[in-house]
Amino acid sequence: MTDTSPPFAPGDLEAEAARQDNRRRWLLSLPALIIIVCAATGPLLVMVVYSFLAPGDYGNVKWEFSTDGWVGIFLQRDIFDDTLMWADAHLSIFWRSLSLSLITTVTTLIFGVPTAWFIATQPPGRREFWLFLITVPFWTNLLVRTIAIQELLRAEGVFNNILISIGVIDTPIQLMFTNFAIAFGMTYVYLPLMVLPVYAAVDKLDFRLVEAAHDLYAGRWTAFRRVILPLIKPGIIAGSILVFIPSLGAYVTPRVLGGGKNLMFGNLIELQFGAGRNWPLGAALSLMLMAAVMVSLIWYVRVTSREQADD
Amino acid sequence: MTDPARDAPTSKARGYSVRTLPGFAIVALFTFVVLYAPIMILVTYSFNAGTSLAIWEGFSLRWYQRAIANEQVQDAALRSLYLATVAASVGTVAATMAALATTRIRRFPGRTMIYALVNQPLMVPEIVTAVALLIVFAAVKVWTGHTSMIYLIVAHTAFCVPFAYLPIRARLETMDTSLEAAAADLYASRWQVFRRVTLPLMWPGIVAGLLLAFVISLDDVVITEFVKSAGQDTLPTYMLGQLRRVVTPEINAISTAILVAGAILVSLFFMLTMRKR
Repeated sequence: MTDTSPPFAPGDLEAEAARQDNRRRWLLSLPALIIIVCAATGPLLVMVVYSFLAPGDYGNVKWEFSTDGWVGIFLQRDIFDDTLMWADAHLSIFWRSLSLSLITTVTTLIFGVPTAWFIATQPPGRREFWLFLITVPFWTNLLVRTIAIQELLRAEGVFNNILISIGVIDTPIQLMFTNFAIAFGMTYVYLPLMVLPVYAAVDKLDFRLVEAAHDLYAGRWTAFRRVILPLIKPGIIAGSILVFIPSLGAYVTPRVLGGGKNLMFGNLIELQFGAGRNWPLGAALSLMLMAAVMVSLIWYVRVTSREQADD
Repeated sequence: MTDPARDAPTSKARGYSVRTLPGFAIVALFTFVVLYAPIMILVTYSFNAGTSLAIWEGFSLRWYQRAIANEQVQDAALRSLYLATVAASVGTVAATMAALATTRIRRFPGRTMIYALVNQPLMVPEIVTAVALLIVFAAVKVWTGHTSMIYLIVAHTAFCVPFAYLPIRARLETMDTSLEAAAADLYASRWQVFRRVTLPLMWPGIVAGLLLAFVISLDDVVITEFVKSAGQDTLPTYMLGQLRRVVTPEINAISTAILVAGAILVSLFFMLTMRKR
C-alpha cells in the first residue's frame, strides 16, 4: 500500500494522489537509472551502431555503413582472391566456448548435487556453517582463485609434483594452456553457483515422499532417480543456467589458464579491440554473445514457469 | 524454515535414513577439500622463503615486505580502495532510493521497466559491458581530452547499483509497514517517518548492500581492464598484467591480502543478513 493516499479521499483526489506517488517513485529511481543508462544500457545501444560501421585502420571505426562486422562472424575473405569462406578460426572458438561451457555445467552438476544434498541433510544448526564454506570462495576474488588453479597446474606445480612423486609420470605433463585447464578452472570457479540453487531445492524437498517411495520397495537409487530428481529439477535447471551463462562469457579464466591459443568467446571479442583492430567485428561478436545469453535466460524462464504451472 | 514433522527421522529405529544416498557424503567432502586446497596452497607459498611456488624452503615474510615496498602495488591498492569506496557509496545511495521506490507497492506504471533497468548489468556478460564502455569512453576521451578516474568511477558505480539493490530490496520486503503507519498517525512528517522509522529499520540491508558492492568493485577485473587509461591499474588488473611475466610468491602475498580482506567483508555481510532469521 502507498503511504500517500489519504484514507478517506474521494475518487479523483485518490487518483491525483496516485499520480503524485508514481511521479515520486520515478524521481527516487532516477539516480540509479541515469547511472545505469549512461554506463551500461546506453553503451550497449551505441555498440549496435558500431557493429554496422567499417573498421578504422588503427582500431576504432570509420563512419561509413558496412555489414562486414556481422558477416565477419562466420565468414572471412580470402586474402588473395577475395572469395568468401567459412571463418574456421571463429567456428572452432565458438565450438570450444560451447563445449567447455557444457562440460563445466556437467562437472559442476556431478560435484554440486551431492554437495548440495549433503548440506541440506545436515542437522539444521550445522547447515549455515557448510553454506558459509561454499559461499566464501564464491565472493573471494575470481582472479585470485584462478591464480590458485594456475599454480596448481603449472609444470612445476603441485599437481605434477604429486604425480611424479607417486610415480605415475616421470616428466611433468603440460596441463596449463589446455582446454582441460580452462574446464577445470571454470568448474572450480563456478561450482558455488550450482550448489546454492540445488541446496534450496533439496531444502524444500518433502522427505515423506521419499519415504513413501521406500515403503513401496524402491531402492535408494530408484528413489533418487524417480522421486528425488524430478522434485529437485527446478534447482538443477537454475544451477545449470547460472553456471552455463558465465562460462559462455568467461574472460579471465580462459585468458589465464588457456593462454594465447585456447581462446574462448570473450577472448575473441577482446582480440578485435586489441591486435585484431576490428571494432565492428568485436561489437557484432559481443551482441551475438549477448543474444546467446538472452536465449538461455528466456529458455530458463519458460521452463520454470511451465514447471510452476505443472504444480 | 524447517517443519519439525517433516524433519523428524521416522525410521530412526532401524538406523535407516532416506536422507542418506550412497557416496554423496564422500563426493561432498571431496568437493570441500578441492574447493579449499588450491587457496590453502596459494596462501602457504606466500610465506615461502624461496622464489619457488612449489618447493618449500622455510617460512619467511619477505614476499609481503617486497609487495608492501613495491610502489606499483601501493599505488594500485590505494586506487582500488578509493574506487571501491566512491563507487560503492554512490551506488548504494542510488540503489537505496530505487529500492524505496520499487518495493512495498503492488504495481505502478513503469515499475517493471525500472526493475529491468536496475538489474540490466547482471543480465549481460561482463566482457560485453566492458567493450561497450570501451567504445563509448574512447569517443568521450577523444572529444574532451579528459582521462581521469571518472570513467572508472562511473563504470564501477553502474554495476554496484544492482548488487547493492538486491539486499536492500530483500530487507525492505520483509519490513513491517505498520510501524511507519503508526508514526504517520502520530503526526510525524513524511521525512520524520523516513528518518526515525524507515531508515533505522532498513539500515542492515543498506550496510549489507554497501559491503556487497564494495567487494564486487574491489574484485572487478574485466570492466576495469577495458576502461582504465594508462597508469590507472587497480590491484586486480596489476596482478593480471604480472601473470604474463615470471610469477614469484609476491603475487601470492598480494592474493592472500585480498583473500583476507574479502573474507572479512563477506563474514560481515553474512552476519548482517543472517541475524534476522
